[in-house]
Amino acid sequence: MRSKKVAPRGRRAGGRVTHPTAPRLRRNQPQKKIVTPLPTVERVATGQIRNISVGALARVEGEGGIAIRLKGDVVQDVKVRIYEPPRFFEAFLRKRSYHEVPDITARICGICPVAYQTSSCQAIEHIFDVTVDGALRDLRRLLYCGEWIESHVLHIAMLHLPDFLGYEDAIQLSRAQPELVKAALRLKKIGNDVMVVVGGREIHPVNVRVGGFYRLPRLEQLRALVEPLRWALGTARELVRITAGLTFPDFTQDYEFVALRHPDEYPVHEGRIVSSKGVDIAVKDYESVFAEEHVEHSNALHSVRKGGGSYLVGPLARYNLNFDRLTPQAREAAEAAGLRPPVTNQFQSIIVRAIETVFAVEESLRIIEHYEPPAAASVPFQVREGIGMGCTEAPRGILYHRYKVDGHGLIQQAKIVPPTSQNLRTMESDLRAFATKHRHLPTDRLTWQCEQAVRNYDPCISCATHFLKLEVESP
Amino acid sequence: MPRQRKPKLAVWKFASCDGCQLSLLDCEEELLAVVGEVEIAYFLEASRAVIKGPYDISLVEGSITTPHDEERIHQVRRMSKTVVTIGACATAGGIQALRNFTNVRDYIPLVYATPAFIHTLNKSTPIADHIFVDLELRGCPINKHQLVELLSAILNGRKPNLPQHSVCIECKQRGNVCVMVSQGLPCLGPVTQTGCDALCPEFLRGCFGCFGPKEMPNMASLASHWLKEGMAKPELVRRFRGFNAYAEPFRKESEAHEK
Repeated sequence: MRSKKVAPRGRRAGGRVTHPTAPRLRRNQPQKKIVTPLPTVERVATGQIRNISVGALARVEGEGGIAIRLKGDVVQDVKVRIYEPPRFFEAFLRKRSYHEVPDITARICGICPVAYQTSSCQAIEHIFDVTVDGALRDLRRLLYCGEWIESHVLHIAMLHLPDFLGYEDAIQLSRAQPELVKAALRLKKIGNDVMVVVGGREIHPVNVRVGGFYRLPRLEQLRALVEPLRWALGTARELVRITAGLTFPDFTQDYEFVALRHPDEYPVHEGRIVSSKGVDIAVKDYESVFAEEHVEHSNALHSVRKGGGSYLVGPLARYNLNFDRLTPQAREAAEAAGLRPPVTNQFQSIIVRAIETVFAVEESLRIIEHYEPPAAASVPFQVREGIGMGCTEAPRGILYHRYKVDGHGLIQQAKIVPPTSQNLRTMESDLRAFATKHRHLPTDRLTWQCEQAVRNYDPCISCATHFLKLEVESP
Repeated sequence: MPRQRKPKLAVWKFASCDGCQLSLLDCEEELLAVVGEVEIAYFLEASRAVIKGPYDISLVEGSITTPHDEERIHQVRRMSKTVVTIGACATAGGIQALRNFTNVRDYIPLVYATPAFIHTLNKSTPIADHIFVDLELRGCPINKHQLVELLSAILNGRKPNLPQHSVCIECKQRGNVCVMVSQGLPCLGPVTQTGCDALCPEFLRGCFGCFGPKEMPNMASLASHWLKEGMAKPELVRRFRGFNAYAEPFRKESEAHEK
């Protein structure tokens, strides 16, 4: 029955073709304990079962789905299912040399490789007692700002905005508003250009190493970024204005926000870990406060605060905890948008991403304008054994790494906690609350909005899937 | 004359980091032009709209690592006129193919404390181990200009212009000073296929093989040079075991020095 396997996952209530697709069908079949309620049922008399199900989420990075089961007015079950195949980074990092780590961990995610590279470098520098400061530190921050611009604009314009305007994708959006999409693509490209100049290329940069860089960026190339960045500043502010004008579902939650906090700058790659409910710890103490739990419907672990519950990392958390550290123009844009912290509606994360884009552009300009080339491209160090931790603010939230290295510089143990796995539990509780509150919507509309509620997190599912309990089958 | 329908393009993801799909979205200026020439029929990372197959062009990212994906790739083949694998995961098994050199069962007690809820194969294999692949695009990540070249070649029914010579040739063309000769840095350039513009030597470091083995690489010669220069065998093995570790020439050479 070829056609049965191949046909897209069909029409749903409302007659709109929603999600896919054939090749995913088998995922939805019960496998071991994973029982997936399918298919969607049209609504609904009281007490009747209704399933909101998205086999494969679109416009997210990686492979995941959602399944929500309502009985009458009660949400009985909510699952964000992660079926992205495991890739075992922590396992094969063992016995690799410390200097290979930033190149290898970059491959965890094509959208935020710099986050992985920076967190790993810092963890290893922690072991070797290396301090990267001055102009080298600035360059690291500049590279990271490039990634924020690229990743945030990708999410705002290509992945998230179509939801708010009722389009299936940015291609439809580009037909309706070509200028907007073109400007966004150009803005994203400027983020990429920053990464190319400092890191060598935009995806998986080659210039990052423990202690700094392999080669300093060329001065003329850095200067050539100034003019595009000035244009970018105006465009990013325009994005803030546009996103602030969107209509948002009424949906506020009582989150525990967790982000880095630095004494005098908006957190990107350094700071203490703080929360809106009293956590204030050094990076090295992360594991004494936060832990992971495994749940059976997910190939990624869920993080929780020990003795507490779920928490939220990412733009909203950074913004709410560090509003006073925003750069002047970003602050101005935020004021103009009328978005005062605390922001507790995750749908508004799109505005916060736009404000953070203004920040990242402004910060890039500041760094380039004040740049004085350092004497060397990297700081010398001695390899020694030990355990080190690093934590930076990936576009999606804090990214924690811990490594144990032996006297030859070989990795003995690696632990990586990506932002998306820290947010998974909160994502599920959002879905539960959202589906409960909006249960009267028609199924197709509720399905779309639930998808949107997940996209609020800009989930990076490839990233989240490393910690995995697995069963091995021979081919 | 009535206009012919636009070719339908699908993008599929298997085990990977999404970086190569992202290259498609990174073709900023070219993206809108490409979109004008094809119908994006299935591209989950970019769109929730799905158009039914069959598809004219399927870009496949990622390697095969689960029993389910092993079946899914055959469905992709059946639905597609032209299958193009993009990136090191799809063409060689990717960094996750490092598991192929060990027994994944050995990983479990090391890393995972309790039994499993999911299935995984003990090897990560390239797409071409499972189905016929029409064209491949190397790289970790792929080069977006090569991607545009490849798409335009397919759309115009010609052979894509994708050089298969070594990084060294491009490196000389750029006028770089050889990092292996002048600084003694280990460099995979002599055995690695070009496509990156000799990026790493440009950044004063040795090539680490993102684009996989070039046509007919002399692996043994490079290995013996490194050994002569005093590289220890475990390091030599690691050098060949990067993102294209499971590509045959790299795999065989690394295995030869493992004993």
